[in-house]
Amino acid sequence: MPPTASPALFPAPPETARSRPSPRPGAGRRAREARTGIVLSLPLAAVVAVLFVVPVGLAGWMSLHDWPLLGAPAFSGGRNYALAVQDRLFVEAVVFTLKYTAVTTVVLLTLSLGLALLVQRPGRGVGLARTAFFQPAVVGLAVASLLWYVIFSDEAGPLGPLLAALGIGDGTVDWFGTPGAALWSTVLMITWRFAGFYMLVLLTGLQAIPDDVYEAARVDGAGWWRTLRHVTLPLLRPTLALALTLCVTGSLLAFEQFVLLTSGGPDNSTVTVVMTVYRQAFTLLDVGVAAAMSVLVALVLVVGNVVQLSILRERGDRR
Amino acid sequence: MSLPPASAAATPPASRRAGRRRRILVRITATGRHTTLLALAVLFLAPLLWTAWASVRGPRAAGGAEGVGLDNYRRLAEYGAGLPQYTANSLVVSLLTVAGTLTAATLGGYAAARFRFPGRDLLFLVTLGILMVPYPTLLVPLYVLLGRLGLENSHLGLALVLTMFQLPFALFMMRNAFDGVPRDLDEAALIDGCGPVRTLVRVLIPVVVPAMVTVGLFAFLASWNEFIAPLMLLSDDSLLTLPTALAAMRSSSHGAIDFGALQAGVIVSAVPCTALFLLLQRHYVRGFTSGALKG
Repeated sequence: MPPTASPALFPAPPETARSRPSPRPGAGRRAREARTGIVLSLPLAAVVAVLFVVPVGLAGWMSLHDWPLLGAPAFSGGRNYALAVQDRLFVEAVVFTLKYTAVTTVVLLTLSLGLALLVQRPGRGVGLARTAFFQPAVVGLAVASLLWYVIFSDEAGPLGPLLAALGIGDGTVDWFGTPGAALWSTVLMITWRFAGFYMLVLLTGLQAIPDDVYEAARVDGAGWWRTLRHVTLPLLRPTLALALTLCVTGSLLAFEQFVLLTSGGPDNSTVTVVMTVYRQAFTLLDVGVAAAMSVLVALVLVVGNVVQLSILRERGDRR
Repeated sequence: MSLPPASAAATPPASRRAGRRRRILVRITATGRHTTLLALAVLFLAPLLWTAWASVRGPRAAGGAEGVGLDNYRRLAEYGAGLPQYTANSLVVSLLTVAGTLTAATLGGYAAARFRFPGRDLLFLVTLGILMVPYPTLLVPLYVLLGRLGLENSHLGLALVLTMFQLPFALFMMRNAFDGVPRDLDEAALIDGCGPVRTLVRVLIPVVVPAMVTVGLFAFLASWNEFIAPLMLLSDDSLLTLPTALAAMRSSSHGAIDFGALQAGVIVSAVPCTALFLLLQRHYVRGFTSGALKG
């Protein structure tokens, strides 16, 4: 949401609704209805206004000011933005985060769709399988990262010996030794953690497709692949759009998995955008530049989401 | 006698054969499916099960000897401000977040689904907009803002922030849940002279309980597991929640990380979530389905 949305958020006070002259009968009832609605949504509106709208505005304001450790903030125009864009670590983090998002989204959503199709119909063991696939999703991302940090470690992890027992390697594998290894090890952990979640998201969409559509496809002689391609996927489009948006947004904001798993290494090759924002604000104590960075991220995300959703919707209409 | 066009007499054996072939094929694919499901289930469960097993096994767990013991958990209990303190912190933050989320989203969802008032659609859109804004964009100014409100470095401030992050999903769920209730039900109550609040409490809440369980469960899991917000908003070590305390354990000790205690910590944080999920699973998935359907 753009910061300019802030004043309009506050719903019109009840007085306005009450005092407005009513041209039609039933207006009294409508005014009462409006008053009740406003009162009921006050807690929601208060939290959203104070903890969301105000901070969004504040972020914009902070990004335009210099924030020295001591003394008052001073207007600095676009200088924070210039500093942010010139920051080599930030630019490299943007490139890495985009790459990570592309890899994760493709791997994760493909696998999740496969899992969802596999457990789509009830049957023996299907319920247990769903539970097993989803179980990692209730473990926190930070805790999951720590769990895999131990699993990937040379000292305590089981993977090196396991692979050695299968005749691969000599018992030690450096899972984070190269930038590529660090990326794929993290994608493995993220897949474990999120596949069941997206499976469930896609499953809700799959189960909304009526059985007679499949029946019609079967009568028409469509095979498994053609049914998937021409019946299931088009009807799943809204759910896929939701899953895609969630996955892209979540991946662009990656933090825990890289802080706790790779610590951004090796050689800062797996530093994400949010990690640079955090470092700027809490390590370098430069809140102005941190705010500028986070505003840039927000703009990219909002524009990206709007473009993504409109493309998906447009294609859906054309069918 | 194969070629003539299918007569009534010729079809039964052929179709019987085809039927048998199909049954065998069905059985083969069913077996393959079961094997795949089983293998995948093992793969997904293995990391956590191995961690649970490894946390009680080996010399570091069993007082220097090979075998099974609880030493990793003992070292974890004594780490920093103590495991009971960190667990209590996590519990307080999570319960406050659940309460806040349920209050704001149930009332707000009821208002959005049943009453027409100025700003309704805008409030709904702005709330969903929370999803569009990356959390660091909010957390940096929230850190400043909570300081002004006197809520810095406090569990209440943290819980309010976490409530805000839960609201898009929660409001969406609750509005859909209220939308799914036939209007006749509460209109009858309103005509009988119940006020909107009594109608909500007496008539509607019993119907939308599954959605509330879902919302509460999501809020609990999210706040119990949250990492970056407590990392930024809490500064006292004694106030840290479980994940942040465990992360400190991983990064503070240079070179000598206590993997055993870390595994014990992973299990301690994962068990409540897993138990809650298994206990409320049916509610959870059903609520999830009905809410996401209309997305």
